[in-house]
Amino acid sequence: MAQALNSALRDAMREDPAVHVLGEDVGALGGVFRITDGLAAEFGQDRCLDTPLAEAGILGTAVGMAMYGLRPVVEMQFDAFAYPALEQLFSHVAKMRNRTAGRLPLPITVRIPYGGGIGGVEHHSDASEAYYAATPGLHVVTPATVADAYGLLRASIASDDPVVFLEPKRMYWGKAEFDPAVPVEPVGRAVLRRTGTSAVLITYGPSLPVCLEAAEVAKAEGRDLAVLDLRSLVPFDDETVCRVVRSIGRAVVVHEAGGFGGTGAEIAARVTERCFHHLAAPVLRVTGFDIPYPPPMLEHHHLPGVDRILDAVARLQWED
Amino acid sequence: MTVLDHRHHTALPGWLPGATAPRTDPAPLLPDPAPVRVLGTPALEKYDPALLRELYRRLVVGRRYNQQATTLTKQGRLAVYPASTGQEACQVAAALALGAQDWLFPSYRDTLAVVSRGIDPLEALTLLRGNAHTGYDPRAGRTAPLCTPLATQAPHAVGLAHAARLSGDPVVALALLGDGGTSEGDFHEALNFAAVLQAPVVFLVQNNGYAISVPLSAQSAAPTLAHKAVGYGMPGRLVDGNDAPAVHSVLAEAVERARTGGGPTLVEALTYRVEAHTNADDATRYRNEAEVAAWRERDPILLMERSLRELGVLDDALVQEAAEEAEALAARMRAEFHAEPELDPMSLFAHVYAEPTPQLREQAAQLAEELAAEAEVQH
Repeated sequence: MAQALNSALRDAMREDPAVHVLGEDVGALGGVFRITDGLAAEFGQDRCLDTPLAEAGILGTAVGMAMYGLRPVVEMQFDAFAYPALEQLFSHVAKMRNRTAGRLPLPITVRIPYGGGIGGVEHHSDASEAYYAATPGLHVVTPATVADAYGLLRASIASDDPVVFLEPKRMYWGKAEFDPAVPVEPVGRAVLRRTGTSAVLITYGPSLPVCLEAAEVAKAEGRDLAVLDLRSLVPFDDETVCRVVRSIGRAVVVHEAGGFGGTGAEIAARVTERCFHHLAAPVLRVTGFDIPYPPPMLEHHHLPGVDRILDAVARLQWED
Repeated sequence: MTVLDHRHHTALPGWLPGATAPRTDPAPLLPDPAPVRVLGTPALEKYDPALLRELYRRLVVGRRYNQQATTLTKQGRLAVYPASTGQEACQVAAALALGAQDWLFPSYRDTLAVVSRGIDPLEALTLLRGNAHTGYDPRAGRTAPLCTPLATQAPHAVGLAHAARLSGDPVVALALLGDGGTSEGDFHEALNFAAVLQAPVVFLVQNNGYAISVPLSAQSAAPTLAHKAVGYGMPGRLVDGNDAPAVHSVLAEAVERARTGGGPTLVEALTYRVEAHTNADDATRYRNEAEVAAWRERDPILLMERSLRELGVLDDALVQEAAEEAEALAARMRAEFHAEPELDPMSLFAHVYAEPTPQLREQAAQLAEELAAEAEVQH
């Protein structure tokens, strides 16, 4: 996935001179995760800018650059390091189009490596997607496949609206090869990664592989689970989600952020409002606990795993 | 006036070579402790009489604008108005120091600077009237929206100036801030970015004495706010903010310096907010009348009128002309703001995204139904 993201940045910069990358350590180092590897060498330090260490300054500077016609791609080094920039994100990036009645759109992509599972110490593993998804004016996108890492990032950079692009950092080093020929669904469409008839697991980003693994285990136990990858939290694909839920009748939402006020609560409510008469059981959520992200030696107790998912599936009032 | 050479490198003894050595001798960056003054000094004679008359005219019209807007808040026609009464010299000079291609980044008290930039005086008030966030086209007037969160527009000015320089355009950005804004993180990050990037940007801090109720002494322990520039590696300048030609010349020099590749400048203008923070504030709780009265004696229009009459570039005809223009504007404000604005509720959904999400389409349909039902009831 890291290679696909790097290719997406490189191809976007080659095709459009307005695309500029900026952030901490994105230049000579190529980013702490090497996503910007080689970009400064190929495009120069003006287009792949090592900034001072200040997230509000980085994003605020990107706002001004976008006002002048550039397409900045900002790298936030880790999820929790983006918080100093939240005022810029919430008060300006998300609102500038609206504040100016459409006259100053901000085509900014904010790349944020997010989520746990890599043994990071505190402030390096937050799943903060609910904050962004709750902020009108932002698109919130998260890839879970190598093809989506490339395709969704290209689409995000090409978007005339700001996009929070959440990169599941534990998937950076996945073994899947990047094949540019694989077609990519557009932003805003959920994709069924696995068909099934017993229940559907609705998920995104780093929880997709966990759900696919759970579905494999469930199959051995005689349950046939579908797995739906949302890919985009904003806009949200009500249509596909409801079609799948109505056809199957049972759904579990899975994500690693805490459950209270999380995106799972929103999804469960939306599904219940729209599909009530098609549901054979309440929509359940499988999430991390409502705690600050734990120390790495305890994180496996916090992150939803296969067993927690299968336990939820078992609670869906099976008739058989 | 000399342009300060802040890139003058001096190797101080005792420092290790390389990255630890100071990059810049701080001495040329330090502000002159006496604020620059022009009115009442021989320097005034060197100024273009046409510029002086223009500054005077805009001060007078600006004062009336402030007064009329404040009156409109009392009549409930404006939701709020943070007057710049007493600070008009900073506002007017800021706009006049910029060229047409330059960008202004105002904060919420800088409506008059926006108007002085050529934006329609009524369009500049939509935010404070409450009918729209930004009534003017920022791109057409090269003026960013009035910014309410403190100092958050400062990094925008840096980014725009940086992008313009990368494009090879001789564009300068001017960010307007208050003394309270200098305590915000975004102010410091913007100064640091500007200096590191050598962005063609100028920061003007209008030190009007109070951040709502908190005096400068409780806001900053620096000798002056202009001193803050030194730590970032840019020059700081101190100017009498009630002296319109002085503010204009200091800003014009900083703008020219930025335009010709000299990098950013921080200017502190010493002024005073003679009115309360906004119409909703009670200034008698935190300052005494004697202090305000002393500053009224230093009123920017009085200072200007006195000096220009002595110089012979201001006569009764211009005084009369400026007063008439001011009254005409005030009359236009009253006429327009006493009429109810025409608002389209469906515009709520118009500019959230380039393409509305399916969720917003549903909500727009819901509002359309609610409006239709209301119309039905009214008939």
